[in-house]
Amino acid sequence: MIFSGLAEKLQDTLKKLSGKGKLNEKDVETALREVKLALLEADVNYKVVKNLISRIKKRAVGQEVMESLTPAQQVVKIVNEELTNLMGGEQSEVNISSEPPTLIMLVGLQGSGKTTTAGKLSKMFKKQGKTPLLVAGDIYRPAAIKQLQILGDRLEVPVFSMGDKQDPVDIIKAGLSKAKTAGHDIVILDTAGRLHIDEEMMEELKEIKNETDPDEILLVVDSMTGQDAVNVSENFDKSLGINGVILTKLDGDARGGAALSVKAVTGKPIKFIGTGEKLDNFEPFHPDRMSNRILGMGDVLSLIEKAEEAIDKEKAAKLEKRLKNNQFTFDDFLDQLEQLRDMGPLDQIMGMLPGMGNMKQLKNLQVDDKQLDHIEAIINSMTKEERNDPDIINGSRRKRIATGSGTSIQEVNRLLKQYRQTKKMIKKFNSGKAKGLMGNMNLPF
Amino acid sequence: MSIFKNVEDKKEAKETENGLFEKLKDGLNKTKSGIFSKINDLFSKDKELDDKFFDELEEVLIQADIGVHTTMKMIDDLKVKVKKEEIENTEEFYKVFKEELSEFLQEEKGGLILKKGLNIIIVVGVNGSGKTTTIAKIASKYKKQNKDVMIAACDTFRAAAIDQLEVWTNRLGLRLVAQKEGSDAAAVAYDAIQSARSKDVDLLIIDTAGRLHTQKNLMEELKKVKRVVYKEAEEAHKQLLLILDATNGQNAISQAKIFDKAVNIDGIALTKLDGTAKGGIVIAVKDELDIPIKLIGVGEGENDLQVFDPEQFVEALFS
Repeated sequence: MIFSGLAEKLQDTLKKLSGKGKLNEKDVETALREVKLALLEADVNYKVVKNLISRIKKRAVGQEVMESLTPAQQVVKIVNEELTNLMGGEQSEVNISSEPPTLIMLVGLQGSGKTTTAGKLSKMFKKQGKTPLLVAGDIYRPAAIKQLQILGDRLEVPVFSMGDKQDPVDIIKAGLSKAKTAGHDIVILDTAGRLHIDEEMMEELKEIKNETDPDEILLVVDSMTGQDAVNVSENFDKSLGINGVILTKLDGDARGGAALSVKAVTGKPIKFIGTGEKLDNFEPFHPDRMSNRILGMGDVLSLIEKAEEAIDKEKAAKLEKRLKNNQFTFDDFLDQLEQLRDMGPLDQIMGMLPGMGNMKQLKNLQVDDKQLDHIEAIINSMTKEERNDPDIINGSRRKRIATGSGTSIQEVNRLLKQYRQTKKMIKKFNSGKAKGLMGNMNLPF
Repeated sequence: MSIFKNVEDKKEAKETENGLFEKLKDGLNKTKSGIFSKINDLFSKDKELDDKFFDELEEVLIQADIGVHTTMKMIDDLKVKVKKEEIENTEEFYKVFKEELSEFLQEEKGGLILKKGLNIIIVVGVNGSGKTTTIAKIASKYKKQNKDVMIAACDTFRAAAIDQLEVWTNRLGLRLVAQKEGSDAAAVAYDAIQSARSKDVDLLIIDTAGRLHTQKNLMEELKKVKRVVYKEAEEAHKQLLLILDATNGQNAISQAKIFDKAVNIDGIALTKLDGTAKGGIVIAVKDELDIPIKLIGVGEGENDLQVFDPEQFVEALFS
């Protein structure tokens, strides 16, 4: 889960502090030493940590805190505010040009994830109703162009390339004019990965910048990067003047401290984060929400947004009507399951709930999306008749369903039982014995 | 005649070794001019060995990605030594510090050892660590030694991963065993072993898909590939090589831990040491896991893969 290591450490430290009624300077200092180590272990740059801690300290040992009735909470609040500040306050949007197409140029080290990010970014724009064009500007890495083409095929986003024999500047210019004639409003440019100290390659990037005047230059940074993140981002920013950062591979257990360093050193905001293998595991970065997540306050806003995105309002209204008439079938069940899934992997969703993200019991629990696969398979193996009227499912039907779905009779039985319970509960709700219908739905996991 | 050839070979090997040393120094120069010059700065001034000095040292070590845990351990050790050996100036301390650093690294040189018959190297690592490039470099090295090298494209997941290997194998004139994208990685490995055997190949390198070590299902797939290879090629000399990116911070330790737990790592190749990354993570990995570092990558060329030599490594850092 994103930043979970850091979050856990910080929460532990601050919890210890909250146990105390009054605080003296030494309490604060001990706690801040722990905070410092937690940040360093998360690979936040040493200098950044040093500055942050001294800022927090200055505020935390001030009168305002010491004299307050709940000094520990005050300290937590200060840490939260300073962390949010460090990450860049509010969310930053992409600069969309008033004269399309908007040119977005992706730069970064080898292996940071530029090509995959180009794909994810184009998918996001497509979802927003835009018509992106991908341009293959990495002529050096073997098969980089092919990789982008495959991604484009999968996403149904066109890819412009001219092979690996042409000058990147020419490729991009041609790509831009193609975008103009074909009416693409967003052009995403994938460039070759390079070391920030490789001057020759940097010159090439500068030339691309000067010749094509991108609206956004986004630096792609691997969240596992260590102390070097500062040098990398400083160098790229100095040479190119980046507009922001995309942080990748946040689905691992990297504590993501690089994110904090990059913002602090360049002053440029983190705009997006990549959170998984799938092409839609990509989201805008909200510093304030992330800071809340780190301190265990949950990220309910993101959760609601995800739900809104996934839930089909029309279907929901229909379902509500059906529920009111006690008509809940396996088809409805399946619909619900699909909507739940559209919200993303379950463990990520759970991480957004206040207090859930770092519950010790949840730490080792990898929520198994496979279980949902089984349930889907079982329902899909039922006939239309069975789905509408599950009461007719007798022993031999159960056997057939189990075989058809590649599961076991026990699993089929379990699902039928859950279904009956859900239905019973719906009846109860409708008869007015309970309230908060959706909140108490007995979902099958 | 064979003796002459051997002598010739050795001569050539020696020459390249010298060339490589220069390259290593070159690569590490950037490292040096980055953080380790700060160590020299720290020692050059005639400072007192007080808390402030150790704070500065802590800063330098952490910025070199040696990691919080190992840094604290090292500094505690050093403080004890300073007291015990009554060290008073930075010059004496510098010596002790260098010794301490060597102690935290491994004693022996790294490098891969090939035996007679079929050798198999399974290459694993997270996405973007440099697996495919490292494989190309290893293959090129042994190809030059007239070994028959085959590569198995078991990264059936990432778009165009197979194409990337195809380009390399064409460029280097190597055998490639591949199926189409999305096929079963273990099946490709199985095919490759059969083919390697029938063609009397000396070295089979198995490329696997990059995966984050936290993805349990993908780690299971990796275990399966290993199982199939170890069971099917019983007679072969097998090694598991983990690729670590030198620009990674302390997450590299977590990567090494989890990969080691899943498939038992025999050695590490540390890539991308030619940037400003400090490579200090080597020290932390060695300290916490005791997995030997075999190879280091110091550039983009085919020949920029070198045997890890701890002495040279420390020497080059401070020369």
